Amino acid sequence: MSGDARRLSPVDVVIVGGGWAGSIMAKEMTEAGRSVVMLERGPDRSTAADGAYPASIDELEGNFRYRLFQDLSKNTVTIRNNSQQTALPYRRMAAFLPGEGVGGAGLHWSGVHFRIAPDDLRLRSRVIEKYGRAFIPEGMNLQDYGVTYEELEPFFDKAEKVFGTSGEAYRVNGQVVGRGNVFAPSRSDHFPLPALKDVYTAHIFRKAAEEAGFHPYSLPAANASQQYVNPYGVQMGPCNFCGYCSGYACYMYSKASPNVNILPVLRRHPLFELRSSSHVLKVELDADGRRATGVTYLDADGQECMQPAEIVILAAFQFHNVRLMLLSGIGRPYDPARNEGVVGRNFVYQNVTTSTVWLDRGVETNQFIGAGGGGVAFDDFNSENFDHGPLGFVGGSPVWVNQAGVKPIGAAHVGGPPGTPRWGSAWKAGTIDTYRHSLRIDAHGANMAYRDVYLDLDPTWKDTCGQPLLRMTFDWKDNDIRMNRYVVDRIGDVAKAMDARQVHLVRREFGSPFDTRQYQTTHLGGGAVMGEDPGTSALNRYLQSWDVHNVFVIGANAFPQGTGYNPTGMVAALAYWAAHHIRVTYLAHPGPLAG
Amino acid sequence: MRLKAWGRLLGAMLLALAAAGRAHAADDLVTRGEYVAHAADCGACHTRAGGEPFAGGLAFHLPMGTLYAPNITPDTQTGIGRYSEAEFIRALRQGIRRDGATLYPAMPYPSYARMTDDDLHALYAYFMHGVKPVSHPVVQTGLTWPFSMRWPLVLWRRLFAPDPGEVQHQMRERQFPDALVARGSYLVEGPGHCGACHTPRAITMQEKALTALDGTVYLSGGAPVDGWRPVSLRGDNRTGLGRWNEQDIVRFLATGRMPLGAAFGGMTDAIGHGTQHLTPTDQLAIARFLKTLSPQTPAADGWKYDPAATLALRAGDVSARGAALYVDSCAACHRTDGRGYPTTFPPLAGNPVVMDPTPDSLIRIVLAGHVLRATRQTPSAFVMPGFAARMDDAAVADTVTFIRAAWGNNAPAVTAEDVGRIRRTLAAEHPPLSLPLN
Repeated sequence: MSGDARRLSPVDVVIVGGGWAGSIMAKEMTEAGRSVVMLERGPDRSTAADGAYPASIDELEGNFRYRLFQDLSKNTVTIRNNSQQTALPYRRMAAFLPGEGVGGAGLHWSGVHFRIAPDDLRLRSRVIEKYGRAFIPEGMNLQDYGVTYEELEPFFDKAEKVFGTSGEAYRVNGQVVGRGNVFAPSRSDHFPLPALKDVYTAHIFRKAAEEAGFHPYSLPAANASQQYVNPYGVQMGPCNFCGYCSGYACYMYSKASPNVNILPVLRRHPLFELRSSSHVLKVELDADGRRATGVTYLDADGQECMQPAEIVILAAFQFHNVRLMLLSGIGRPYDPARNEGVVGRNFVYQNVTTSTVWLDRGVETNQFIGAGGGGVAFDDFNSENFDHGPLGFVGGSPVWVNQAGVKPIGAAHVGGPPGTPRWGSAWKAGTIDTYRHSLRIDAHGANMAYRDVYLDLDPTWKDTCGQPLLRMTFDWKDNDIRMNRYVVDRIGDVAKAMDARQVHLVRREFGSPFDTRQYQTTHLGGGAVMGEDPGTSALNRYLQSWDVHNVFVIGANAFPQGTGYNPTGMVAALAYWAAHHIRVTYLAHPGPLAG
Repeated sequence: MRLKAWGRLLGAMLLALAAAGRAHAADDLVTRGEYVAHAADCGACHTRAGGEPFAGGLAFHLPMGTLYAPNITPDTQTGIGRYSEAEFIRALRQGIRRDGATLYPAMPYPSYARMTDDDLHALYAYFMHGVKPVSHPVVQTGLTWPFSMRWPLVLWRRLFAPDPGEVQHQMRERQFPDALVARGSYLVEGPGHCGACHTPRAITMQEKALTALDGTVYLSGGAPVDGWRPVSLRGDNRTGLGRWNEQDIVRFLATGRMPLGAAFGGMTDAIGHGTQHLTPTDQLAIARFLKTLSPQTPAADGWKYDPAATLALRAGDVSARGAALYVDSCAACHRTDGRGYPTTFPPLAGNPVVMDPTPDSLIRIVLAGHVLRATRQTPSAFVMPGFAARMDDAAVADTVTFIRAAWGNNAPAVTAEDVGRIRRTLAAEHPPLSLPLN
């Protein structure tokens, strides 16, 4: 904190970030009677303004000018493939799309709302049990989360009820109850809403997957299949499959977002204050660095402010949380040379490739229809649902048709089948063929953590506030490429059962580096992971900093390695889990929750 | 000595207890007065959106000019801080200001004349002790001559305002089937002043009926206020509350939303400042009383859902006037079957507002959009976008005509001229909507 920072009146809890994690923590803390200030770097956002129909469903503004996303001209990351390279700033949105503004990524997300495979939570232990320690490749930092599915189940359930999630259960309280995912663990309750209806491509995929011997299920979606009132009393409208989910504020109020599902009750709570356009610079620590005293931020007028607080909750996007920890000196920075230190360690991504199937020209696939979280998946090759022994890789991948609504500019970018010219009448014919008669199948694979894949502060590049940018050192590894190629071959099996006219299977290629120019996924994870060993995790199993006990760090940064699932459901459950332990233990006895 | 000291202590304790008791009683009175202020919906007119409570300034756009609701906080200079209780009661029941001038009958004193002594006593206590004084002068400059003169108001008052003594007598004599209906009648005809909007007015601007005793014109629907047409609250099947049951009405008063419709226009403030704060019993009393009001025109043809329009749209037939516009701009929320997704997006099929002989509300909502506001029980607001920028008068007329004709609504068509008339008033008078944050 510099000398001219304005010192504000203290509050009980200050929260950095106004997305899902921040809103959940704010709701929980106000329920516990604590005063909360939530600081959000971007502008305030609402359905009425950002989702105003029909201006909101503007593909150019939403998916190409990135209306709801981070302003990379002020703050970004630098990226390199390995530590021999010089990292350069990520200046144009492409590979991943971090959000900005109230609601965060929770406003522009699609809505796929998963729990987690129980084996993924203790993947290191499970792999050693099944295949032996030697099975873990050299350089892979395979770890356990330090928390079990049974412990998290009530919080998954709570999050689904808050989000109004649509889906079909397989097992509830141990009893088989429906046609849900046979690999999914037992649930304490059904989904709050029935599954979304299958769009036609999902229907085709479901049938073909069954014929191929797999176990298809409806993707769990936080796109409401009916009107819904959540436990906080807020209402959602029903999804009409318009396809404007990812990149948009839903004008139907049917995609769950902090703005629609939590903030209406928070905003009217007397203990809650939201300050938008407030960019946090660092967490302030006391003299011996063991306790946070608050945060310093720039307010909407550029005035530096110090907000004192008893508890600091970092709930920004994954890599912003890691960067704030590094900038504030919370936890020991990761040193890849020695594989020591914890902040920046186990940075992970997701390993997604998309294959395309062209059906008979008499079949109209109506790809303009869609819901961001809707579709059909199978988990036969996800997590530890299959025997990795003979395959020789760690990790897995769900496979799905997630037709989220193909829009005109996006469709034009895709073009025709392989070999179609990129211009002229052949291109036009190919584009129309793809748009009308194809369907797309994703291998949505996990990405493991490696010793030489990490986050640190860039030595050269700074943001507009003069603070160092975060540097990503990332590349694909053979283990993950082998996993992808194996699973994509199974997509080939499904395509055969579809009477495909043409199939274009896209596999990750050995030796082909991570390419930031192509959109892949925004599901970044790790960097400040949870665990039971302070030597390999920055946070304990309650997402509390091992080093500064009144700092909690909520987000996908806590994942020790990637999973095949979309992260939001896990992040929400971890937020409720951490909040629960703050409420029942920490508030009465502030101090480390794990020893 | 010792005994005397104990005596003094005991005396002091008793005094303190008595004072606390008095304070408690006074607090109770203020709290009760606040409740009466909700029942009388004072805030709907006297509190501006975003303004201090009761500091006035809300504009009434009337054919003869613009009126501003005065500051009724206890501020002694710009509010009502100098009113004695008797002066306060005279203003409420008789429309006579402290200085003897007559109030504009936008102040519903012909209804407030029915308010009980107890309620007015509590209301006075609330305005003197429960409301923060705010210095905010409200200047009346908006009326054109001859309506800017006050003396005709005296004449009006003498001709049309009821005598409070007679009214109070009438209330004591009146028979009701049960205590709940009696309470409902009091709330609706007295403090609630529902007739101020929902009863038609004569050419001389007095309500044609002030109570249910005055015949079926009472609450049979009023002239448009700010472009919104207050619907009939009688038992008319198509255009009134004939198909609403008691619980529907209770939900509507509490939350502004129920399976058959959602609140908009002036009712938004009536719910926001008024009815949502009433006890469930009082909400039920209002509902039960309203359900005693017979239809004004007992029509043979009650509304019945007609699937023809739905079937045509589902078959891709958009040849009906306005059908294509409806599918493009309305059906996402209100659906091709017109049933909407209540209580999120209200139905248009069978909605009394849609079938009203006066199409003003429907046209206005299509042009300017509207907000279903959050209430205490329902924290979510929902926004209907306005289409004024995208649709010309003819397109709006076509769309509205489709909605009025489809699904058994069978209401008459609308012309582009009707739309133009309302578009002009919007441009002249209405500030943009303040938008909710969910």
